[in-house]
Amino acid sequence: MEKLTNKANIRIGTVNGTGSQSSNTIIIKSLFRMGVPVSGKNLFPSNIFGLPTWFQIRANESGYTSFSDEVDIVVAMNKDSISQDVDSLKAGGLFIYNSDLRFDEILLNDEHVHFAVPFKNLVKGVTDSIKLRKLLTNMVYVGVLARITGMDKEVIFSVVEDFFKSKKSVVELNQQAIEVGFKYAEENFNKDFYIQFEKRSPLADTVLIDGNTAGALGAVWGGCGFASWYPITPSSSLMEEFENYANQFLLDEKGKKNFAVVQAEDELSSIGMVIGASWAGARAMTATSGPGMSLMSEFVGLSYFAEVPSVTWDIQRTGPSTGLPTRTQQGDLRIAHTMGHGDGKHPVLLPASPEECFYFGKLALDVAEQMQCFVAVLSDLDIGMNLWMTKDLSSIDLGPIQRGKVLSAEDLKQMESFARYKDVDGDGVPYRTLPGTHDDKAAFFTRGTGHDESSKYTESSEKYEELMLRLKRKEKQSLEVLPKPVEKKSDQNASLGIIAYGSTDQAIDESLSILAQTACFADYLRVRALPFHHEVGVFLAEHDEVIVIDQNRDAQMKDFLVIEYPQFAGKIKSVLSFDGLPVRAKQIAEKISEVL
Amino acid sequence: MAKENAIGLEKTAYKGGKSTLCTGCGHDSITNHIQTAYFQANVNPFDIAKLSGIGCSSKTPAYFMSKSHGFNSLHGRLGPLATGVYSANRDLKLIGISGDGDTASIGFGGFAHLIRRNVPMVYLCYNNGVYGLTKGQFSATAEQEAVLKTGAVNPFQEIDLCAMALQLGCGFVARSFSGDAKQLVPLIQAAIHHNGTAFIDVISPCITFNNHEQSSKSFVAVKDHKVNLQELGVIESQDEIKVDYEEGELQMVDLPDGTQIYLRKLDSRAHNVNDKFAAMRLLENTTQSQELLTGLLYINENNKSLGDKLNTTDTPIRNLDLASIQPSNEKLKNLMKDFS
Repeated sequence: MEKLTNKANIRIGTVNGTGSQSSNTIIIKSLFRMGVPVSGKNLFPSNIFGLPTWFQIRANESGYTSFSDEVDIVVAMNKDSISQDVDSLKAGGLFIYNSDLRFDEILLNDEHVHFAVPFKNLVKGVTDSIKLRKLLTNMVYVGVLARITGMDKEVIFSVVEDFFKSKKSVVELNQQAIEVGFKYAEENFNKDFYIQFEKRSPLADTVLIDGNTAGALGAVWGGCGFASWYPITPSSSLMEEFENYANQFLLDEKGKKNFAVVQAEDELSSIGMVIGASWAGARAMTATSGPGMSLMSEFVGLSYFAEVPSVTWDIQRTGPSTGLPTRTQQGDLRIAHTMGHGDGKHPVLLPASPEECFYFGKLALDVAEQMQCFVAVLSDLDIGMNLWMTKDLSSIDLGPIQRGKVLSAEDLKQMESFARYKDVDGDGVPYRTLPGTHDDKAAFFTRGTGHDESSKYTESSEKYEELMLRLKRKEKQSLEVLPKPVEKKSDQNASLGIIAYGSTDQAIDESLSILAQTACFADYLRVRALPFHHEVGVFLAEHDEVIVIDQNRDAQMKDFLVIEYPQFAGKIKSVLSFDGLPVRAKQIAEKISEVL
Repeated sequence: MAKENAIGLEKTAYKGGKSTLCTGCGHDSITNHIQTAYFQANVNPFDIAKLSGIGCSSKTPAYFMSKSHGFNSLHGRLGPLATGVYSANRDLKLIGISGDGDTASIGFGGFAHLIRRNVPMVYLCYNNGVYGLTKGQFSATAEQEAVLKTGAVNPFQEIDLCAMALQLGCGFVARSFSGDAKQLVPLIQAAIHHNGTAFIDVISPCITFNNHEQSSKSFVAVKDHKVNLQELGVIESQDEIKVDYEEGELQMVDLPDGTQIYLRKLDSRAHNVNDKFAAMRLLENTTQSQELLTGLLYINENNKSLGDKLNTTDTPIRNLDLASIQPSNEKLKNLMKDFS
């Protein structure tokens, strides 16, 4: 076998609810601290206990860390998934398994290198507590894997220390369990295997984080004062982390909270509370997933028509309906952009990494307040709940907080008159006042019914048309504050263009390198927001063929492009991946070759 | 010169736009009572936020206190809207106007959770047993066997919003009648000073769709069946009024801001407004005897408000300066060590 250094895809199969997450986190963090680029993907069932669950760690020195179904090492701890785990491993791959599982050895594949480990016996030597043994069993495989692949034990121990922080006895117990596994492997598998990890210089200015945590931090550092939510996978951790960090960093001198988080009775209410709080002057957001988006539609229409800022994070999962609640997709592009009945399109932010989740955590609040509109941030389960390497968030310049056009009592005193919906500046964005403003001119009556410039009720056709056309102008105006697409030009003169967005980005570089091996070169444009910036049209114009990659069945992004740029419809092609798994670089490259 | 209240405002400062409801609508009377109550309670209109759902009742915030911000939101969504508004600015005085369709049907969930969270506000439900804006269908507060103008009979049991509010732990529960200024004005006035959700179910007959002979919520039916529990009055903390009364004649209720409510018994049934179970029993009994019980049913000033439950800062969140809502980069830098 060709020697693989710092290049392996490790798949760990366990039983849901047995605490394997700590062990897996310690493995991935250790590799990361050794200076090896990594990503960690959870493949988990919609279940709390008992069903098979997997964690996949892709370590790759070239930096290609997107999801891959070519597995080099398996750690099999679950009897129910043994045959699946065997099948997932490549020929020549390393198969580490729990020999206590008592499965028929005929299931094993002769083309694999086998490592039978008697975990039950090994963990007996670590603790007498039956309850702890279960958890520590998983820690033993950390040691086994570390020894077989040459991972740095000192680094692993330092990660264990940081992971369990102050609890010294817990640290020691876990280190001991790792040591036991390490020793067993040393004594029983005395070979130099072809997959090895080597320590490199640390990955500078980089952290390992999930998108939901990063988004939550973006909101904390973005001045979010109110958050409401209704629990739903895979968005719950965003709100939980927001509350967690706000509790640490947003307290007044008396220890009281400079923010409020309300867990709502449903998503109708969570967005309703956000709109109430925004109207009254707090920066406010909610988070949900597909089913919650459907419920929020009516309030989003109100946000659009009455011009009250609101922000919803949609951590997309696989739809329609309840769908596959623990699988990823980009299926909510359409609803997010066009939510609500009647006319209207909303700005949508499309983060492609935790770093961008952090940045958009604050930007979404800015755009909502500057444009007085609803803003959707479309993340997905892959970014939201998986571990990604990303730029150290503290090195990202969020820029000053933008509150938009809000008039104070002092401002009003300088003014002859105030009309809530008057387009004073000609940019489609009117001025607003907040309740509690002490001035005779401040008050207005917000309504979702037809209204004139002074916010008075009207059924006048002219006034209605005028208002709808101004709102359309405002949609265009939002481009000024929305992030432009990012273009990566091929060093060859490419006539092929690729357009992708969101989490797909993690695989694109690798896909392009695979395509380049067949002398196929492409420029790559990553869309970061809807509506489209001018640059998107230019990209379409400049390429003979453009392939749009969507993680949904209906080619939702492609559809929006065809509607916006009908003149280029003939050269826009679609590549789809909607199986609920993150896209694979090879799969995308193959699909691109097929449509060319 | 017109009379001024303790903060130097005349009653005209509490006026609103012209009503577009049917002539003679009970809702317009309530609009007047609200203006009187806020005038007497010495609340600055600049500090008020008027919130509502959708329906005839929910239109009325446009007809009072034009100097206050108003938000006529979505059908059934007064509860969450108010929760958000309060959370952003706990200094605002919230008044929410809803109807029986808005509260007891489409917004029932939001209503329940608003009370459960104890969002400080005056919550008025204008209850007429029918959907007015869609021309007279039954609402969930219509009594079983109630008859529509069309002759249709209601087969379903009514939802008693006061009993519901009591069960949900509401600390201020009252029922009144749109035509009874003497009772409703002090009730609203007291509700303004209550630290929590104050719920008043106001029977307000629909003059167009539910005022016929067989209706149980017509003006005539209400007047025939109405029982007043107490005579009510409010003494504002700024007022230097003394009430003369004999021992045992009045029940005095102290509100946290120094306001006092006094209650003089009118009905033969003795009722202690601090006794939740008694209020429940009384409601049940009067429903069975087909009496319309009105007055202050229950009050409890010991419930924590939402802001105190959540331990939010005393300064309204919307007034916080940048430094208070955005932590330093140094702190983020330190935190990032957890992710490396």
